Amino acid sequence: MHDRYDVAVIGGGPGGLAAAIEARKNGAKRVLVIERNERPGGILPQCIHNGFGGDIFGQDLPGPLYAQRFIEEAARNGVEFLNDTMVMGLDSDLTIHVASHRNGYIELHAGAVVLAMGCRERTRAQVRLPGTRPAGVFTAGTVQRLVNIEGYMPGKRFVILGSGDIGMIMARRLTIEGAEVVKVIEILPFLTGLRRNYVQCLRDFDIPLELSTTVNRIIGRERLEAVETVRVDPGLKPIPGTETLIPCDSLLLSVGLIPENELSLRAGAEGGRADGDEPAGDIRRG
Amino acid sequence: MKHDVVIIGAGIAGCMTARFLSRYDLDILLIDRADDVGSGASAANSAILHSGHDPEPGTLKARMNAEGSRMWNELAGELGIPIKHTGSYVVAVDNGGLPMLDTLLRRAEANGIPGARIVSGAELRGKEPLVNPDVTGALWTPTAGVVDPFAAVLAAAENAVANGVTFQPETTFLDFIIDNDTIKGIRTDKGDIECEWVINAAGVYSAEIMHRAGVRPEYHIVPRRGEYLIFDRQKIRLENVLFPVPTDKGKGTIVSTTVHGNIMIGPNAAEIDDSGDVSTTTSGMDEVIASARSLVPSLDVRYVIAEFAGIRASGYPDRDFIIEASGKPHGLLNIAGIDSPGFVSAPAIAAQAVELLRRNGLPLCEKDGWNPIRKPRPVFREMSHAERAEITKADPAYGRIICRCEDVTEAEVLSAIRSIVPARSYDAIKRRTWLGTGRCQGGFDYPRVIELLAEELGIPVTEVTKSGGKSRFICRATKDVNDA
Repeated sequence: MHDRYDVAVIGGGPGGLAAAIEARKNGAKRVLVIERNERPGGILPQCIHNGFGGDIFGQDLPGPLYAQRFIEEAARNGVEFLNDTMVMGLDSDLTIHVASHRNGYIELHAGAVVLAMGCRERTRAQVRLPGTRPAGVFTAGTVQRLVNIEGYMPGKRFVILGSGDIGMIMARRLTIEGAEVVKVIEILPFLTGLRRNYVQCLRDFDIPLELSTTVNRIIGRERLEAVETVRVDPGLKPIPGTETLIPCDSLLLSVGLIPENELSLRAGAEGGRADGDEPAGDIRRG
Repeated sequence: MKHDVVIIGAGIAGCMTARFLSRYDLDILLIDRADDVGSGASAANSAILHSGHDPEPGTLKARMNAEGSRMWNELAGELGIPIKHTGSYVVAVDNGGLPMLDTLLRRAEANGIPGARIVSGAELRGKEPLVNPDVTGALWTPTAGVVDPFAAVLAAAENAVANGVTFQPETTFLDFIIDNDTIKGIRTDKGDIECEWVINAAGVYSAEIMHRAGVRPEYHIVPRRGEYLIFDRQKIRLENVLFPVPTDKGKGTIVSTTVHGNIMIGPNAAEIDDSGDVSTTTSGMDEVIASARSLVPSLDVRYVIAEFAGIRASGYPDRDFIIEASGKPHGLLNIAGIDSPGFVSAPAIAAQAVELLRRNGLPLCEKDGWNPIRKPRPVFREMSHAERAEITKADPAYGRIICRCEDVTEAEVLSAIRSIVPARSYDAIKRRTWLGTGRCQGGFDYPRVIELLAEELGIPVTEVTKSGGKSRFICRATKDVNDA
């Protein structure tokens, strides 16, 4: 393994892969993609639903296949990969500190660094859901990974908070896997995900969507036993008297994404960027 | 088998007492109803080593606080407990609070608290730029600090176990076995346990336990719940401990740093019926935020990364700590009513408990080879790049990052599970390694930790729990996978 690259891309999702391919096409000699999972693709390997690739490939592809197209194109273009590796630090001279089980804790050097770390999900604390702290409260993406990659079902009866795309897609996925999805609730008076996902994932599977409603209380000492929902007024304040108790063993949160910028913050790249840093892809959202 | 001493409750008082007693030639059993040490009030509190300016002079609280405060430094060194010497300020934000500062200063002096003095508003603003600009003055006590409370409980427990104490989790006290006004043992859900002495350090359950022996029937614990919020240290930081001027309701909502550098605010105080109810509430969190903002107006709720509630084991009608051997039956030592400043007092409480056992006839012979030192485990997050490279060479499991927000490695997770006081659930690993406490709150690490626990404990993933009991994560494999 070499330790000096013209371009190092942190994050092997579609944004990072596209950046790496373009870097090679535009003359960069050694281009490295650093990916923390065992294979590149970012979040796509767990997105087994279709709906990817229409714009770029003119085909309707599932996530893993869509990722594979990028991975193969990157490989054809001579992009190098360092998988199962976490970037732990980025110095102002573009020294990259990485950790992996295979190679240990080592330094790499790059002429330019592309930050393409994607997003993380907003959690229970960020939307301030009161109540107990039992098992059974998950973010939608975590459940997507558990079900589609690990092959585990984390519950039998679900309520989903948030009408984002991952939440709706998981409503369908969990239903297909034999779980009951009681309803999807959304605090805003409108759907936040794509209309297409509402039709294909909720309406076609008879899963109710309740707008202007949120979770008021999480109930259950060991495993989740119920959630109390409440209607909200146009100012998003709970309307007393509209509380409803829904017995369930799982609550899925699909309440938005925030950029995965731990590394950018450590490198001082947030706001004033270090020379040669370029954010790409999902990390620019939120 | 007959034990010399059975300690009920593996919180800070029980674990510290076990550790202090472990230097003597005794057979000691420590039990707890939970699946881990430190699962009650000891791990969900303000995490402050109070200087001792607050308790009424002459009370046991005042004495234990002052003595405990003097013991912590050496103890933290011996046991490898993270503490931070911050000092603390009691902050008056208008002129009405200033007379109370004088009262507290006199109390601090009466309690023998070194270095306490009144500072001006301007001086505090210089030391803590985030403080409310309307601050008029503050009481500064340099001896206060902050501690990682769970780490402290665990360190005491591990040192006790290393010195021969047995810890038995998931064991619930049911009743005493008493013969001729003398304790012979206890009945538990895991069977009867014979012993000479019982130390009741059961926190919120301590009153019901002493009642089973007919002791202090009038005494009861009123669980008072306090809610806390933790902020993202990447977004907002301060390095101090700020109290409001106290009222008759207590010390009020504190804004403080933690040993991990996050701002923590809380608690409020709500008397509740159910001593196990650690729910957070919208009204409670709103109350905490509003109170905290009177000290630090710039606190932004968007930067909250975690919320939790803890129960204080406050005693009534006697509000002071209770540390006493009951005359009848013989063989019962009660440690009860340990609310604030219980954590800082714990070493003094343990020393007092040992002294009471001695006075009541338990022979205490120092044993050979007692080791007061417990080494802290390596913390990858706190290492330099060079140190990380070195430790990863020795053990490649340090190269596998399990928690990306807090940089917790597989080696640290395995070490927690393989400890002499082992972590057997997700929350137990979280408390030991700080994994899952950052901004993603476990979203990234759940799948890997569930698998590691299953592998290490030799159980199916469907039996892995968040915190023992029925708190399982996984109910079955997906339909196209044959075995889980």
